Amino acid sequence: MTETLVRPAVDSPPPTPPQRRRKSGHHDPSRVFRLHLPLLLYLLFTLVPFYWMLVFALRPTGSTALVPWPMTLEHFDTVWNGIGFGVFFTNSMIIAGGTLVAVSVLALMGGYALARFQFKGQRVFLLALLCSQFIPGAMMLIPLFVIFREAGLLNTLTGLVIADTAFQLPLALILMSGFVRNVPVELEEAAMVDGCTRLRAFFAVTLPQLRPALVAVGSFAFIGAWNNFLFALMFASKQDKFTLPVGLSYALGEFNTDFGALAAGGVVAAVPVVLVFAVVQRYLVQGLSAGAVKG
Amino acid sequence: MRTKTWAPYALIAPTLLLMAVFLVYPIGSVLYYSFQDYNVTQPWKNGFAGLDNFRVMLFEDPLFWQSLVFSAKWVLVEVGLQLALGLVLALIVNETFVARGLARALVFSPWAVSGVLTTGIWILLYNPSTGIFQQLAQWGIGDAGTSVLGNPDTVFPATVVTELWRGVPFFAIMLLADLQTIPKDLYEAASVDGANRWRRFLSVTLPHLRDAIVLSTLLRAVWEFNNVDLIYTLTGGGPANQTTTLPLYVARKAVDSHDFGYGSALTVAGFVILLFCSILYLRLSKFGSRT
Repeated sequence: MTETLVRPAVDSPPPTPPQRRRKSGHHDPSRVFRLHLPLLLYLLFTLVPFYWMLVFALRPTGSTALVPWPMTLEHFDTVWNGIGFGVFFTNSMIIAGGTLVAVSVLALMGGYALARFQFKGQRVFLLALLCSQFIPGAMMLIPLFVIFREAGLLNTLTGLVIADTAFQLPLALILMSGFVRNVPVELEEAAMVDGCTRLRAFFAVTLPQLRPALVAVGSFAFIGAWNNFLFALMFASKQDKFTLPVGLSYALGEFNTDFGALAAGGVVAAVPVVLVFAVVQRYLVQGLSAGAVKG
Repeated sequence: MRTKTWAPYALIAPTLLLMAVFLVYPIGSVLYYSFQDYNVTQPWKNGFAGLDNFRVMLFEDPLFWQSLVFSAKWVLVEVGLQLALGLVLALIVNETFVARGLARALVFSPWAVSGVLTTGIWILLYNPSTGIFQQLAQWGIGDAGTSVLGNPDTVFPATVVTELWRGVPFFAIMLLADLQTIPKDLYEAASVDGANRWRRFLSVTLPHLRDAIVLSTLLRAVWEFNNVDLIYTLTGGGPANQTTTLPLYVARKAVDSHDFGYGSALTVAGFVILLFCSILYLRLSKFGSRT
């Protein structure tokens, strides 16, 4: 598994040489001001807020120590069992997992169609996908609410999976078609000459090459659904259907004196997505530089 | 590739269906509702309203104009700063240095964090009695003062900085991706011609990044215009509606007062403005006409 993760994506740009051979090389003193210092400052800006949350989550109530020692898990117990973050976590996992699967499958199908076929209406379809990026979820709340009410999807996890999928899919599909385009079609054709059907050729030859693409597209669908606040807030008003962002927003309002609990809830909400993101961010950069930015 | 013609249609059919139901149909119905009186709490009044919603919006609703102005201010400040910082960050992490992969993962990580979670983290950080300012004051740096979120003078900068924290990585990722597609020999050629670092940035890097900058700026502007989760949870639109954006106003109309007709009219106004600005922006920036 580790091996597949570190394997460079099929569409990665040619590896840069490990050391750039400049005359000044790495001893260039201007690098400190041009590179190290700004990076350090930006790292502080990024990490201090995360650290602050972690400290609050791990130290006992009333303590102001900057190093959370002795550590306590009391706040996690409060939010997980007391406030119900355990349930919210499960709901978020189901929604984000379901969206991941649906978006991956549909993006693979659509991306393959865009990359490998010429069909009537293709340009219009692509244009519609791009335009959909400019259609704000917030502005669709009212009609979506009515649709959800009519379809009996209010307060269901299924409804949220469908809505998240619909909003994540266009970008995922555009990204995926870029990835498919980068897999040489000759490989597939060779397999078909050897007697494979197109379907078998796809599963045997192309799909394995798309593994990094699926990791990237699936992960970003997961992150998007995990973080979606508005739909979850509007379409799931019963507490047993709350997601983590919704639970957290109530914690902000109602438990704003219990900072330990708030921080612990934040850690629960942050850990899965930040971990997923840390692993896959390079695939995203590779995928974008492979041509998706060019539309 | 020659093939049976139905295959691509079958493959995109589910996507088309989802887009029809969740994107196309809602746009149509927002348009329809905007000409209706449609309030769930007052069903006896419902019916065709003509242009009434729009008349009220334009001439009798100061909060519409106020929220629109704040939305514009929010988008300009937020996107401008994110672009500037994101470009610098992308240039930095595009260099070769020790532990670059780790540095990238760390500085990009807030991008994965939701608006609500961002709010939670920064509320802890901004808290007047246990936050970072209090801590710094204890070390003799600055003074703790009052809550930056409760003070009308500081609530806007505090909100901007909070959104920068998770917004800058978006630009950094988009621009880093494009930076990696610049052929190295362009820089070498420029160096041979005697261009210094700044000159190379202006003549090679920036022109190459242009389309990516235009596109990601537009995407981000639309997203920031429609940003609800962060502002809703951080300030709730207050104090005194000072930080109410147009989408936040729509959500309040729809959810709190169930006024779907008027909320839809606000939505249509938002659409039209967004569309108009986007087209104008693409025209002015001459997107896609790279020479």
